[in-house]
Amino acid sequence: MLAELSVSLWRGGEDGRYETYSVPRRESQTVLDVVTFVQRHIDPTLSYRFACRVGVCGSCAMTVNGRPRWTCRTHVAKVAGSGRLEIGPLENLPVIKDLATDMEPFFEKWQKAQGVFAPSKTRHDEIEQIRPDSPPRRAVDAAIECINCGVCYAACDTVRWNQDYFGPAALTRAWTLLNDERDAGGTARLQAVAGAGGCHACHSHQSCQELCPQALNPTAAIAGLKRRTTAAYLKGEIKA
Amino acid sequence: MTMRLYLWQRATAALMVPLVLVHIAVIFYATRQGMTAADILSRTRGSLVWASYYGLFVAAASIHAAIGVRNVLTEWSPLADRRAGLFALLFGLLLAVLGARAVFAVVLP
Repeated sequence: MLAELSVSLWRGGEDGRYETYSVPRRESQTVLDVVTFVQRHIDPTLSYRFACRVGVCGSCAMTVNGRPRWTCRTHVAKVAGSGRLEIGPLENLPVIKDLATDMEPFFEKWQKAQGVFAPSKTRHDEIEQIRPDSPPRRAVDAAIECINCGVCYAACDTVRWNQDYFGPAALTRAWTLLNDERDAGGTARLQAVAGAGGCHACHSHQSCQELCPQALNPTAAIAGLKRRTTAAYLKGEIKA
Repeated sequence: MTMRLYLWQRATAALMVPLVLVHIAVIFYATRQGMTAADILSRTRGSLVWASYYGLFVAAASIHAAIGVRNVLTEWSPLADRRAGLFALLFGLLLAVLGARAVFAVVLP
């Protein structure tokens, strides 16, 4: 193991540049450890975002050697065999400063994709019984563990080319809600994801599923949305 | 891409799968049999079947390609959606006219 890592970090806003730092190499060191070392010991003005450090909160995603990754669970040994690290802000999102991006467009698209639960019952009704082995619940299980880290959004070519595209996370959220038997917003949600920027813009490049730190498969969820919207359109339930 | 364009592109793609396979089989057959242009024209001229087959093929290919070109333009060029749509429509019409000319050339008696 090398004693030192050569680490290039993005500094500044959209028109910033990479600056190189030397960071001691440690056992079981994560990329987030490296960034934190620079801020604590070299330059306290470095801006970046993190919270839990254990892969739950989804706030520490950055571009590491060209790929979006959750930095708290990415070991340096896995991504920097040559002893060099280049860490930048997530792509496809506006840069606030250094490694911190503005996540607002990402979450705005969740709203556009109707990624909000629409209750079908009141507190006075009986609790809905959902069988864990029912096909809709299995579909939800396969897609529910999203931590909103934005890795899929940053990895997506379609997001890069089409600013209106909702992106894999928002569409995966819509898919889980469509399969939620308690949800009452199905038709409106199908209409939302069938429109401009919706599921039909996806090219199925599958970068989202390759890089999702939770090993989810947004491409499969989007394919499900394509099938479901097509069926609804042919039945006249939604408009083109 | 809108729902309607998506459906047209998928439907024309599905339609072209058998059409392409038969087209390739016909090419193999014609070359293996050593057929001349005159042999081929004697079978296609006046044939409603071949006129329908390749007419459908040209229509499907024109629609499919035009939608694809529209997507490429909206994603990779600075053209706005409307202009990209107009350009793609013209491209589709050009393909349809060129294809129709070819079909007419081999099926008109």
